[in-house]
Amino acid sequence: MNWLITTFASSIGKKLMMAVTGLSFCAFLTAHLIGNLTLYAGRDAFNSYAEHLHSLGPLITVAETGLLFFGIIHVLTGLFLFFQNIAARPARYEVNKNAGGRTIGSATMPYTGLILIAFITFHLINFHFIDKTGTTIFQIVRDAFAKPSYIAIYVMAVVTAAFHVSHGLWSAFQTLGINHPKYMPLIRKAGIAFSILIGIGFGFIPVFISLTT
Amino acid sequence: MTKTLNLTLKVWRQKGQNSKGSFETYNAKGISSDMSFLEMIDVINEQLTIDGIEPIAFDHDCREGICGMCGTVVNGRPHGPEKGTTLCQLHMRHFSDGDTIVVEPWRSRAFKVIKDLVVDRSALDKIIQAGGYISVNTGGAPDANAILVSQETAEKAMDAAACIGCGACVAACPNASAMLFTSAKISQLALLPQGKPEAAKRAMEMVRTMDGLGFGNCTNERECEAECPKEISIVNIARMNREFFKAAFLS
Ligand code: HEM
Ligand code: FES
Repeated sequence: MNWLITTFASSIGKKLMMAVTGLSFCAFLTAHLIGNLTLYAGRDAFNSYAEHLHSLGPLITVAETGLLFFGIIHVLTGLFLFFQNIAARPARYEVNKNAGGRTIGSATMPYTGLILIAFITFHLINFHFIDKTGTTIFQIVRDAFAKPSYIAIYVMAVVTAAFHVSHGLWSAFQTLGINHPKYMPLIRKAGIAFSILIGIGFGFIPVFISLTT
Repeated sequence: MTKTLNLTLKVWRQKGQNSKGSFETYNAKGISSDMSFLEMIDVINEQLTIDGIEPIAFDHDCREGICGMCGTVVNGRPHGPEKGTTLCQLHMRHFSDGDTIVVEPWRSRAFKVIKDLVVDRSALDKIIQAGGYISVNTGGAPDANAILVSQETAEKAMDAAACIGCGACVAACPNASAMLFTSAKISQLALLPQGKPEAAKRAMEMVRTMDGLGFGNCTNERECEAECPKEISIVNIARMNREFFKAAFLS
């Protein structure tokens, strides 16, 4: 057991945790997006999707618990790395210039991450920890997106997630050592394509709902 | 065509490890565009000496890009703005007349400033030491090609072994991480049969030592490979991670 703790406490071990949990969130986002696409098909399609999802019962509980556990690991490890990295350069440079490696996504990981955790909390309060008696999930979504401020918050959060994942997906592959000169450029492009898909896919939902209802 | 440049330099001056440093401004007049950056500092230092001011301390040795001694951050870029060159290989023709150039030492918790632009990079030596030995038989010279290594693998190992240990990767990394350096040192041996027997132990020991020295953690920003004077690729970091996972979980 001791070797396991030393492994995960090491720099590469922490990177491993970030990569595995981060990739699982990407998988979650994909599933979540596919499910939410039923919103575009209207009220009944979405309500029946939600019903089917909830009928999975214990499976859902397992997935939720897993995501929560991974979420805690990702956030705590991310914050720990963030502070450790600041401490690694106590005296800052007078002039800072990039050589072209950094991207907006990579340079903002801890900040987009913190915005995401705030948003996820807000999102769960809106749609998860809400009294659902005498209403439908579609009704709850529609009521939320009747408020322009909610639309703005959701769109901005989704764009934030897109930036986070634009670096994260590729970065996770590099961290895991799943790299190949032939495929790495493709993985980078796939990461960006994925983030655009997430951004557009989720981002248009609030706008669509508010326009069509 | 040789040109003459007049430049303003803002240079980090610091008397010793524990003194507080600050930027001082110097005028470099009549600098030939054929000079290297280090020769330009030599010219300034001659003038400073004549003026009775302590010359600027900076590291250098071979002055042909092979020893890894030189290196400062020039206008925010380790080894200056050119790709794949050390500071001693940076020529003044890449600057324009009237430029202001800011020169500062590598910044990292693991590299203490000793004086002015000179930093203590012995942390990198400690990582190499932690790597230990490889198994090569002594005695009579072995037959050539007794151990077969493919050309491709030999090239990869050589690419990693091109590291001169200058520390520019640490200086360039937004997190002051030494993972490019460590990964090059791990890779050059892990790739070759001679390095295989101790590969697992080496990966564990070198990573543990690196972690203990106060370097930051890699977040795959890719600034290191862009600034490395030997253009060492982060492919090595991915390999180091694999070597580490193999060692941690399978050995
Ligand atoms: C939808 C939610 C999220 C997804 C899909 C996600 C995904 C990812 C992925 C794939 C990585 C790359 C891992 C690697 O570099 O190996 C990553 C890194 C990171 N994440 Fe997240 N993340 C999410 C939420 C968060 C939250 C809430 C935080 C809060 C602090 C956060 C902070 C970070 C940080 C700081 C990194 C960089 C760490 C590093 O590169 O070593 N993330 N994320
Ligand atoms: S002085 Fe030797 S590499 Fe620059």
